[in-house]
Amino acid sequence: MVRDAAVNKLLTLTTFIPTIGAVMVLVGGRGLKDDAARWLALGVSLVTFVISLIVLGRFDPDLQRFQLVEQARWVESVGLTYTVGVDGISIWLLLLTTFLFPVSILASWTVVSDVRRFMAAMLFLETAVIGTFVALDLLLFFLFFEALLVPMYLLIGGWGGRRRVYAAVKFFLFTMAGSAFLLVAILFLYSRTGGAGFRYDAMLQAASSLPVVTARWLFLAFFVAFAVKVPLVPLHTWLPDAHTEAPTAGSVLLAGVLLKVGTYGLVRFNLMFFPEASRYFTTFVSVLAVIGIVYGAVNALVQSDVKRLVAYSSVSHLGFVVLGLFALTQQSVTGGILQMVNHGLATGALFLLVGMVYERTHTRELDRMGGLAAVMPWLMGAFLFTAFASAGLPGLNGFVGEFLVIVGTFAVSHWFGALAATAVVLAAIYLLWSYERIAHGPVREEHRMLPDLSLREAIVLAPVLALLLVFGVAPRLVTGGIEPAARAVIQRVGPTGHISDVAARDDNSIGVGPIASVP
Amino acid sequence: MIAQVAFPTPALDIEPILPELALIGFAIVGLLYEAFSRRSEPIVHLVVGLLGVAASGVTALRLWGWDGPSTVLGGAISTDRFGVLARILILSAAALGLLLGHQYFRRSGDEPRGEFTPLLLFATSGMTMIVSAADLIVVFLALEILSLSLYVLTGLTGRRAANEAAMKYFLLGAFSSAFFLYGIAMAYGATGTTKIAALATSLTGGGERALALLALGLLAVGFGFKVSAAPFHMWTPDVYEGAPTAVTAYMSAATKIAAFAALIRVLDVAFQALAWDWGPVIWGLAAISVVLGSVLAIAQTNVKRMLAYSSIAHAGFILTGLTAPGAVGIRAALFYLVAYSAMTLGAFGTVMLVSSRGEDRERLDDYAGLGRTDPVAAGLMTLFLLSLAGIPPTAGFIAKVNVFSAAIGAGYWGLALVGVLASVAAAFFYLRVIVLMYMQEPADEPVPDRPVGLAGPVLALAAVATVALGVFPGLIVEVIREASVLTW
Repeated sequence: MVRDAAVNKLLTLTTFIPTIGAVMVLVGGRGLKDDAARWLALGVSLVTFVISLIVLGRFDPDLQRFQLVEQARWVESVGLTYTVGVDGISIWLLLLTTFLFPVSILASWTVVSDVRRFMAAMLFLETAVIGTFVALDLLLFFLFFEALLVPMYLLIGGWGGRRRVYAAVKFFLFTMAGSAFLLVAILFLYSRTGGAGFRYDAMLQAASSLPVVTARWLFLAFFVAFAVKVPLVPLHTWLPDAHTEAPTAGSVLLAGVLLKVGTYGLVRFNLMFFPEASRYFTTFVSVLAVIGIVYGAVNALVQSDVKRLVAYSSVSHLGFVVLGLFALTQQSVTGGILQMVNHGLATGALFLLVGMVYERTHTRELDRMGGLAAVMPWLMGAFLFTAFASAGLPGLNGFVGEFLVIVGTFAVSHWFGALAATAVVLAAIYLLWSYERIAHGPVREEHRMLPDLSLREAIVLAPVLALLLVFGVAPRLVTGGIEPAARAVIQRVGPTGHISDVAARDDNSIGVGPIASVP
Repeated sequence: MIAQVAFPTPALDIEPILPELALIGFAIVGLLYEAFSRRSEPIVHLVVGLLGVAASGVTALRLWGWDGPSTVLGGAISTDRFGVLARILILSAAALGLLLGHQYFRRSGDEPRGEFTPLLLFATSGMTMIVSAADLIVVFLALEILSLSLYVLTGLTGRRAANEAAMKYFLLGAFSSAFFLYGIAMAYGATGTTKIAALATSLTGGGERALALLALGLLAVGFGFKVSAAPFHMWTPDVYEGAPTAVTAYMSAATKIAAFAALIRVLDVAFQALAWDWGPVIWGLAAISVVLGSVLAIAQTNVKRMLAYSSIAHAGFILTGLTAPGAVGIRAALFYLVAYSAMTLGAFGTVMLVSSRGEDRERLDDYAGLGRTDPVAAGLMTLFLLSLAGIPPTAGFIAKVNVFSAAIGAGYWGLALVGVLASVAAAFFYLRVIVLMYMQEPADEPVPDRPVGLAGPVLALAAVATVALGVFPGLIVEVIREASVLTW
């Protein structure tokens, strides 16, 4: 334990290195050339990625508890501590984040206005997102959760498309309205800890001893905040606007990691804190999820704007994740968590590709493209590959997660399982149809001379596409770490699990023991 | 034979009122200088003012370790640390206000005003007195001193809007003073005393409950007016808009601290026995203030008016914290006051900077493209607005968490929910300014010259405080904890 405390500052490093980079970019001021700012941001995000790989190396997937825990006093009067750690769920989201940021920064080489401020916003955003995934103190989590709004808002509003201001404000207000309930719920829970603070274990304890009805209300308060973020229908309307108007990097990160904050919150807090309420509301949530799956898919079918299409496909895919989480079986929860990572990669890649196409054709309208496969075979090849992955073709990453979710859900409810399965078919239709409309048919005159992938773009895409394949062929790489965490969730919330059982095993199964024992 | 009657003469412990005496003394020095010097130099006024504030601050700080009686001068003045902290906060706001004011009148378009500094010192002396008053009569006296000075300060430039604001402030203020005085009379009727400590003892033992409640209601109206809580907020937008911006900045911070400190003393000491009765009253005031303040701010097109409505909402947030009786609520409120002072001084200071002369360029549209034409001012404004909106990692966030946590701890989670939702509405109009500054093109007018002068250090200090209190709130938490116990 002493060794742990002495050696481990890894998560803090991962979280705050981007902030240092951001400050450097800003302090550099006008003296810092645009290119220097780009390279600096890229370098910083790569260093962050490397450190997060070391975190992965130190992480023992078989242990069902939080690892690499760091704890420090912070604001004792409020009860706020600085407590961070990772488990089998958050480690993958952490890596997804640190992986997608350098990719997005490299993809943003084409941003030309206010480069320094753009890069600084990106790096601040990285800190905030990582912070939400590693925070083990609820107020700390909330702090990061709110803080990430500002850079994202600036990214959309400052470098977005034509209706960027509207989209940015809508994004901000929707999320903030949701988090209003979250804050009250967190503070309420805190008032029940008897002053033990906002630490995850203390809050978990407090949540376990709540009256049934109170717990259900708190569940709803947490749920609203995360449902806006995921987003679940009918709280999703900010998403198509935000995605469509955001700059490419903004869309990639929004889809890739920011939406995962919502699903992550559902697993980490809703399921763990309120097991009885989770079971009570499981049908309600599943219905919302299925509506989201089908509604998102159907909407994606009829979009003419390719970015909007991908945005709606996100609604559909995230519905899968939530459905899996709330089917409350080992397979479905594992699948749901895996699908978070998969969706981040696949949809992130789709937004990257759409952005690259847009930079060439200057249109997002499907009707004004066509025949691009003849002009830029490599780019379109990558698009097709990613579309397959996103549609869940076996052998690519999307398949495993969706399969697990559907199988796990089917065991609980045939109806939900069957409805979810239809969306897989719909996904294949809208993705391949959009590919067809972009890539095949007659080439438009003005597109005839467009260049294919540049070296930089190839470097952006290659690692992402490689991972789509790797995770498809060898899903064990990820699921090996996820399964113990999913088991912990099921033990806590599963239909057979009792709260008292878990409370008695608190030290091991929930994995909060180590936090308590660090002085 | 007439029996010799021994009148009890109160011991003259002068030390606890030295801060006030220092302020008044230097104010008089300033007045004399203005009257007898051939050509008064603004810089002399500034120095005299700052010296007065410093002298007052030093004498106030010496009281931190006071080990004499808990009240002096016949029970008129309290010597507790709560009073000391509140004084220091007010004096800090006064110092910053003096610097801003100096810069305000130095810019072109305004004659320097020699009365500014003495008036501000007089107002400050009223404020520092009200926070340590241990007798309702002294509270009233101090209230009048600070109010009368503020009325004049509001109308100091003599512009139309300023005159109108001063008149409105004066009339409504006089009206609320009447309520306040009547409340004191009722309190006296209920208990036979106006001393805060004696009131508490008497009410704990029972007392005339009906009269006491009436007194509480009337006092609440008076205080509601001073802290600009809805529905007694009507004067706030006009006065904040019409007053010279430097005065607005000072007023928005210092008056709030003073009025809230006095309110805390009256509620949590004098009427603590009636906590169950005033809890719902504060609840109502808080809820109306946050909702009205946040919603009406959305409709504003003038920055100062918008910030005025936001100050109404913030009064509501502080009241939210005060629904928790005792030290918890006091701590939350005190922290909020510190944080709010930093951000409101900063925000109004930035407004002053942007408007370049007099009260021009205060429409929201004037902020379009500020991020491009004046990145530093825009950056500062963004910081202060985000803090006002309660976005981490700024002081505003920790302050909000504190008050909501206090309210929920006292069982008022409904009020906390109202407050949090209102702050979402509030975020909308703060954001709108940020949108204007960064996401819209500047108008085609030439960028006016914006001399920074002494406003620079003020804004820097406010910005540092806003960030530091957000990241390391522990810096002042201990002090606040020490100061949150009221002796009587």
